Amino acid sequence: MPDMLSWPMIIGLIIKQFWPVWAALAVTFVASIRFKRRLGLYGKLFDSPVGMMGFAIVMFWVFTAFFAPMIQTLDPLAQFGNAKNPLPGAPTPEGSPYGWFLLGGDHLARDVFSRMVAGARQVLIIAPAATTFAFLVGITLGLPAGYFGGKLDTGLSFAANLVLAFPVILLFYLLVTPEIRNTGIPVYLAAVLFIFPVIFFAVLLNGRYRTNPPRRNLYVGVTLVFGLWAYSGLAFNMDPLGVWGMEPNLLNVFVSVVFVNAPTVFRIVRGIVMDIKSRDYVAAGQTRGETPSYIMMWEILPNARGPLIVDFCLRIGYTTILLGTLGFFGLGVSPESPDWGSTINAGRKILSMVPHPAVVPALALMSLVLGLNLLADGLREESLKD
Amino acid sequence: MLIFVLRRLGVMALTALVLTFVVFYLTNLPPNLEKLARSEGSVRMTDESVAAWIEQNGHGGSVFGRYAQWLGVVPGWTYTDEKAVTRGRCIAQGDDPALAATYCGVFQGYWGQSTVFKQPVLSELGGKLAATGWLMLAVMLVMVPVSLVIGVLAGMREGSRTDRVLSTFSIASTATPEYVSGVILVALLASPMTGLSPLLNQWGVIEGKILFQGTATSAMDDITFWNFTLPVMTIALYGIGYIARMTRASMTEVMTQQYIRTARLKGVRFRDVVMKHALRNALIAPFTVIMLQFPWLLNGVVVAETLFNYKGFGWTLVTAAGNNDIEMLLGCSVVAVFVVLVTQLISDIGYVFLNPRIRLS
Repeated sequence: MPDMLSWPMIIGLIIKQFWPVWAALAVTFVASIRFKRRLGLYGKLFDSPVGMMGFAIVMFWVFTAFFAPMIQTLDPLAQFGNAKNPLPGAPTPEGSPYGWFLLGGDHLARDVFSRMVAGARQVLIIAPAATTFAFLVGITLGLPAGYFGGKLDTGLSFAANLVLAFPVILLFYLLVTPEIRNTGIPVYLAAVLFIFPVIFFAVLLNGRYRTNPPRRNLYVGVTLVFGLWAYSGLAFNMDPLGVWGMEPNLLNVFVSVVFVNAPTVFRIVRGIVMDIKSRDYVAAGQTRGETPSYIMMWEILPNARGPLIVDFCLRIGYTTILLGTLGFFGLGVSPESPDWGSTINAGRKILSMVPHPAVVPALALMSLVLGLNLLADGLREESLKD
Repeated sequence: MLIFVLRRLGVMALTALVLTFVVFYLTNLPPNLEKLARSEGSVRMTDESVAAWIEQNGHGGSVFGRYAQWLGVVPGWTYTDEKAVTRGRCIAQGDDPALAATYCGVFQGYWGQSTVFKQPVLSELGGKLAATGWLMLAVMLVMVPVSLVIGVLAGMREGSRTDRVLSTFSIASTATPEYVSGVILVALLASPMTGLSPLLNQWGVIEGKILFQGTATSAMDDITFWNFTLPVMTIALYGIGYIARMTRASMTEVMTQQYIRTARLKGVRFRDVVMKHALRNALIAPFTVIMLQFPWLLNGVVVAETLFNYKGFGWTLVTAAGNNDIEMLLGCSVVAVFVVLVTQLISDIGYVFLNPRIRLS
C-alpha cells in the first residue's frame, strides 16, 4: 500500500496529469502568436497581457473539458473504499485504477480531483450553449425593438423589465422543480425560446440572398430543415431520428438560465441599435431600398459586434455563476452530478472540518470566471484601440 | 417631474401586479397544490381526498379568482363542512364566522398564514426582514466606502501601478460569487483544522480555536464582530469589485475633462483637484450602480444566509420555497419585487437630481 503523498508530490502529479492540456495550450499559443497579425481581433488579443492571461485560463478549462477522460485519475461517480473525506494525497484502497486521491475524496469517498475535471466538462458545455441561446433570443428581439421602436419596443421592454425585476433565486426556485416539469412549463418555455435561433438564421440568410432566389431558397431551406429538426428534438424531445435531445432536468436548467439571461442581452442590443440607427450607412441602406431585415442583420449587427463579443465573454462567466447557484441550492441537476455548484453544496456541510471537497470546485469555478472576465477586459481594450 | 414620477409609479404598480400573479400562478400549479394537500393533510391520501382537500381549503376554482382573493378585491372563500363548522380565508381558528371580514387580502393588510412557520406571514416576515436589514446595513457600510475608495484611487491615475493592482483586485472580486467566497473564507478563517486559525492559535494571537465564527445563527440575538464578519464580507466582496470598476470608469472619464486640465494648469494641488473638482462628478454614475446593486444584494443575502445559517429574509425564502409554503413565498416575492422596483425608481430620480444636464420632458 502506497504512503500519503506530500504537497509538492501532489502538485507534481497534478501537473503531470494535465499534460494534454499543457500540450494543447502550447500549440495554441505558439500558433496564435506566430500568426497574430493575420487573425484580426483574436490576434490583437495577444498584444495585451491581461487578455492573454484570461485567454490562457479560459483555454485551460476548455482543454480540460475536452480531454477530461484522459485527465481524470478515477471514475468521478464511483466510490473508492469506505473512508469518509480522505485527505489530499491519501492512498486509494487496493485494486483502484490510481494509487492516490490527489485532492482528497468527498463524504462518499469519490475522488475530488476527478470530479472537478468531470465537472469542467459539464459546466463548459452548458454555460456557453445557454449563453449562445440567450444571445440569439436577445438579438432577434432587440434588433427590431431598437430599429422600429414604437409599440413593439414598449411591449418588449416592459416584458424584459418584468423578468429582470424578478430576484433570480426566486425565479429558479419557481421554475426549476420536479413539479414544474410535470406541468410541462419548461417545454413551453423551450418551445418559445428555442424557435428564436431558427428565426434568426432564416432571416439572416434571407436578407443576404433575397436578390438571388435559387440560392436563397437553398440556404433558407437547409436552415429551416436543420433548425426545425434540432428544435423538435431539443424542445419537445420528439426528434424522429433521435440525434437531438435533452434530459428533462437538463432542459429545465437550460431554459431557466436562457430565460434569465435573454432580457439583459435584449436591453444591450436595443441600446446599441438605437445608437447605430442614426448613422449614415444605415440611411444609405434605406435609400437604396434595402429591406429592414437586411439593414438590421447585415448593416447594424456587424457594427455592433465589438460590445457584443465583450459582453458574450462576461455573460458566459455570469452563466457559470448562475449554474453554480442552481447547484448550490440543489436545484435541477441530479444529486451525484459532478458539476461545481452541486459539489460545493455537498461539501459545505462539513466545511469547517474538512474543507477540500468544497474548496477545490470553488477555486475551479472562480478561476474560470476570472479568466472570462480578464479575457473580456483584454478584448475591450484591444477593440477600443482602433 | 411629478408626471414622470406618477407614470413610473403606474408602471411599477402594473409590474408588481403581473409579477405577483406569475408567482401566484407558479406556486399554485396543480402539482404544488397536491404536494401541499399531502403535507397538510396526510401523506397517504387518495387522489379523491386530495382533490376534495384542495376544493375545501379554498384552492379550487379559477386561478384568477384565487389571486383576486389574495389581493383582497373579491370576498375570501368560505367552506362549511358536514359538522356545520365554517372555515374560510378570513376566519381565524375558533373565531365566529359571522363576525369575520368579507374581504381579506394584501390590500387589507392580511398576507395569509405560513404553513411552515405556523404564523401569520406578515409578522413572521417582519422579524426576518429586520434581521436581514442589519445584515444589509453592515454590508453597505463596508461595501460602499471601500469600493468608492478603490475606484477613485484606481481611476485618478489611469494606467499607473496602483490602477493595475486595484483593477485586478476588482476583476477577481467580481469573479467570485458569494457561494465561492463564503466557502473560501470559512476554510481560511473559520476552520479549526485549516487556514489561519490553527496557526494564530498556535502563536497565541487568538484565544479560541477559530478566528471568526463560521455560522451566524448567534448573530440573530447578538451581533458581534466575531459572528458577523464572515457573512458581511462574503456579500460585500462580490459587490465591491463591481462598484469599484464603475467608479474607476467614471473617474477616468472625468479626469480627462477640460476643467480638470485647467485646474491642473493653474497649479492646484493634485489632491485638491481630485477631492474638489473630480470627485463629485465622478460619483454620479456609481450612485445609480449602487442603487441597482440592491436587487443583486438580495441574491447575495439568500446565498450568504443559507451558507451561514442566519435566519433572515433569504433563509425564509429558501425554506418557504423548499417546503412549498405558498403564502410565505408570495409574501417574500412581494417584498423582493418591492425592493427591486423602489430602488430602480430612486436611482432614476436620484440620477436626475445629481446630474443637472438631464432634463425630463
